Amino acid sequence: MKKLLERIGNVDRRVIFVLMALAVIVPLALKLTMEMPVGEGPSYELYEYIDQLPADSRVLMSFDYDPSTKPELQPMARALVAHMLGSDLNIVAMALWPQGATLGQEILSGVSDSLGAEQYEDWVNMGYKTGGQVLIVRLGTSIEAAFPTDLENVPYGEIPMLSDVSTLRDFDLVVTLSAGDPGIPAWVMIASDRFGVPVGGGCTAVSAPQFYPYLQQRDGERPQMEGLLGGLRGAADYETLIERPGLAAAGMSAQSIAHLVIMVFIVIGNITFFATGRKKRTKGGGR
Amino acid sequence: MTIEILGIWAGALLTLCLYSFLYRDNPFYRFAEHLFVGMSAGYWAVYTIFYVLKPNWWDRLVGAGDADPNLLWIIPGVLAMLMLLRVVPKLAVYSRLPLALIVGGGAGLQLVTFFQTNGLKQVENTIIPLTGGGTVGLVNNLILVAGVVCGLVYFFFSKAHKGFTGGMASTGITILMVAFGASFGYTVMARISLLIGQTQFLLFEWLPTIPRVLGL
Repeated sequence: MKKLLERIGNVDRRVIFVLMALAVIVPLALKLTMEMPVGEGPSYELYEYIDQLPADSRVLMSFDYDPSTKPELQPMARALVAHMLGSDLNIVAMALWPQGATLGQEILSGVSDSLGAEQYEDWVNMGYKTGGQVLIVRLGTSIEAAFPTDLENVPYGEIPMLSDVSTLRDFDLVVTLSAGDPGIPAWVMIASDRFGVPVGGGCTAVSAPQFYPYLQQRDGERPQMEGLLGGLRGAADYETLIERPGLAAAGMSAQSIAHLVIMVFIVIGNITFFATGRKKRTKGGGR
Repeated sequence: MTIEILGIWAGALLTLCLYSFLYRDNPFYRFAEHLFVGMSAGYWAVYTIFYVLKPNWWDRLVGAGDADPNLLWIIPGVLAMLMLLRVVPKLAVYSRLPLALIVGGGAGLQLVTFFQTNGLKQVENTIIPLTGGGTVGLVNNLILVAGVVCGLVYFFFSKAHKGFTGGMASTGITILMVAFGASFGYTVMARISLLIGQTQFLLFEWLPTIPRVLGL
């Protein structure tokens, strides 16, 4: 028995890679779906906040990510844009990350075509601007100074939906999709805490735990963030809430099975480690 | 073959080259890695010139479009040149001037806002009434307050961690471990999500193009 456990404990890591690959590929190829109830939580709070905004409210949406985090943040962006344009909200998009502007354009034009929304009437993409936190401070005094033209070089003054928008305070909500710095912390520090504009958003799963304190709320006070979508699960939650299942919801069955496989490996690893007498220690005392 | 299909094939083949490292190091992996590093360097150089330097500095200096030239923008230009002096050992000391401005400006801008948002506001949100939210609210608030206090006690080294203080410190480290565990769980989820995204690309974008490319 001990020998068997030792052999299991010394299994080639490539076997684990193959099993992980199968845990992801098989559910996706077979299009397995799992029921995924969305309870009260940060995802629902963001959905509810956006849902209760009156028609023609203005939302500033910042695409603060690049292709390396596309699998997590792009489905989120698609679901959020679909919800907002479907609720007749006006979206002013921008990016604190260079490639975010193009990724945002891909989502905005795609969803807009499917919902019959109009560029420059219902949405506009102002593009990327360097500066991060300093840029957000600038938006608090003049958006036109920061973005004299949009992504397609149309002057600010010629865009109808921006005729009565001059500063950050003219927005009812800021939504940031953040893969790092600059991202959520910068928006919370400047837009929410300095200018008092409600902020919500989504982030990669890696960074989600550090943003949960922003959701804490005292009685009668506004939280620093109105809601948060964390990773692929957050994106899938939002797709479920707006009843438009997409890539994130499709990926959740693979995600769940992959997590199960990892848990099984952790249990097996611990059993073999303890059953074989914790022999494998390095010189420094580490495992 | 359209340019779109070429892009999909390039993405798919490079993905497979990179994943081949999971078997072992090989020339395909190294080719993809070097290609990525080289292309990233080129991309960022061009992007910085045309999307950062040109619109934010050059256009303002020479007055692009209808704007008047503004010679004050020579100052940041000179500071930027001073920064490049780091590569000349004899003159490297002058690069400290722009660096000092960046550090000083950054610290000044960050200090108050960062402390306000991530320090004071969080402390304020921990000072909460224990009652008023029903049983669930009471338990939540108790965990929050006890967790913060015990976590802080763990980092309080002026008193030996024995007896009551030791108990609180042990509770604090347990709560910290739970937090690290949750954080690790999210990290695993993020990495699997990236794998799922790339697998979806291979299965639903690349595979359907194979019969078309092979003329089947």
